[in-house]
Amino acid sequence: MGTAAALAQPLPAQATPARIRIGRLTSLAATHAVLLAGAAFMLLPFIWMLTTSLKSPGEIFSADFTLWPRKFSAVENYDRALTSAPLLRFALNGFIICFGILVVQLLVAIPCAYALAKLKFPGRNLLFVLVLLGLCIPVQVPALPLYIALAKLELLNTYFAIMFPFFLSVFAIFLFRQFFKGFPDDIIHAARLDGMSEFEIVWRIVVPSAWPAIAAFSVFSTVAHWNDLYWPLIVVSDTRLAPPPLGMMFFADAETGSNYGALTAAATILTAPLVIAFLVARRRFIEGITMTGVK
Amino acid sequence: MRTSATLPPPPRRSRQLWIERLTGAGFAMPAFVLLLLTNLLPLIAVFYLSLTDYEFGALDAAFVGLANVKKAFADPVIRRSISNTLIYVAIVLPGAVVLALVIAVLVHGRKRMRSFYEVAYFLPVTSTLIAMATVWQFLLHPRLGPVNGALRWLGLPEVPFLSDPAWALPTLAVIGIWQLLGFNMVLFLAGLSAIPKDLYEAAEIDGAASGIDRFLTITWPLLGPTTMFVIVTTSITAFKVFDTVAVMTRGGPMGSSEVLLYNIYLEGFQYFHTGYAAALTVIFLVFILAFSAFQTFALDRRVHY
Repeated sequence: MGTAAALAQPLPAQATPARIRIGRLTSLAATHAVLLAGAAFMLLPFIWMLTTSLKSPGEIFSADFTLWPRKFSAVENYDRALTSAPLLRFALNGFIICFGILVVQLLVAIPCAYALAKLKFPGRNLLFVLVLLGLCIPVQVPALPLYIALAKLELLNTYFAIMFPFFLSVFAIFLFRQFFKGFPDDIIHAARLDGMSEFEIVWRIVVPSAWPAIAAFSVFSTVAHWNDLYWPLIVVSDTRLAPPPLGMMFFADAETGSNYGALTAAATILTAPLVIAFLVARRRFIEGITMTGVK
Repeated sequence: MRTSATLPPPPRRSRQLWIERLTGAGFAMPAFVLLLLTNLLPLIAVFYLSLTDYEFGALDAAFVGLANVKKAFADPVIRRSISNTLIYVAIVLPGAVVLALVIAVLVHGRKRMRSFYEVAYFLPVTSTLIAMATVWQFLLHPRLGPVNGALRWLGLPEVPFLSDPAWALPTLAVIGIWQLLGFNMVLFLAGLSAIPKDLYEAAEIDGAASGIDRFLTITWPLLGPTTMFVIVTTSITAFKVFDTVAVMTRGGPMGSSEVLLYNIYLEGFQYFHTGYAAALTVIFLVFILAFSAFQTFALDRRVHY
């Protein structure tokens, strides 16, 4: 190979179409080899999770590894997972929490973003500076005082406690403000002259035009809160209120980490909703999660 | 244009302005109140608490000044957890940035397989890390896990990934890379598709024929802003590592995987040393702000095109 390259280098004119094609094919094959090896590493945990959740305990504990189960115990594993922990309850909690947070986030952030983008009012610049400051502060920072306040109000172990710190998304305000700024002023003026109130302008004219940003933010918010562990771990000790990650943690502790068939079945059940949603709406997901950069 | 011709007369105009000010303030009010309650007041409270010896549940607390911060920097556990966190960042950062860039460059030219690769690499980003951490624990299990099974099959010694102090933190870092790679890849892909195609053709005419030449002369410089952004978000995300530690190692073995956020959690919400945990939170915040400031600074200075 070294000699071939040495011959080819000084005389590029000699590169016949056939040789070029061979060169292209080799580099294409190398590219795919690297990408497929990487993809195998990325997917291995998912594949292993799925196949283990179908295997019988004997096979899981045997020393020789087979990817595909020889004897299926899917029913036992999933049944064990679903009966020994309220997995569906955890998933339902995930839905309730994500939905509650998202609705309040949108109701609060959209009017504020519109005001910041299109209206003049006292304190506008100060508010925007505070929003920018808020962008740099992760939830782990206000966690201590929020915990103390919620404990004093006897609100620990409630859905409200899980959702409260996230009702205001400075990121949503920032994102929507950028989006609304591009909305033509002429249309807003015309709507005002037609006698529309600002409230109507926001919800009936501006919001429909900002649909892509709202959809992307909704994906971002849902993924973030479905997967959040830190805050629920602090304010929830009642198993029935646990969102999926905390539920998984309770379940793994209870199973003492030995029954891998049931554990992987549980992991499959709790990972499935987001993964399926991702596979269905791939573009929206990738847009939503990465347009942010702020995690 | 039409509006300027039919401009309302001055008295109506000032009334309009008044309405605008009132609606603006009204629209912003709920957000402002929540911002105060969930962000600003707690932030002030954290700074205040960090100067006291308050313990959650205690009736009173004394003002101790900077004693908590001094104690933290003298505390071997905290020093180790800060250095562990920085080591974790130092492994995840180059891994998740360089690999993501390589993958993105390779995926960028693909047509038919592109969506498959995007899905494969992005899947860990959307999946619930806690659930996947349990799966990783099983994958890395000394006897039952396929990773050690493969090592044995290759005739290599077993590696106690999560139970050996020397291996625990790097293992968690590899899982961190696994989780972040797809996210960074997509950011790089967005940056790559913003580079005009004719630049590559021009470079080819100018003699930059090989892929590496083209990468060095065009792709890399033009990806500057994206790279900067990816570096900063990766550092911040890596610095906030918590989930895998809490589930897979609980800081062990022998404290070898204790990280700052995990210690804040233990001090604040398990031992209820609230004042001390607040001081640790302030230290944590200083690091996060330093990463963000670095981004602002670097973006203003170097990478403008």
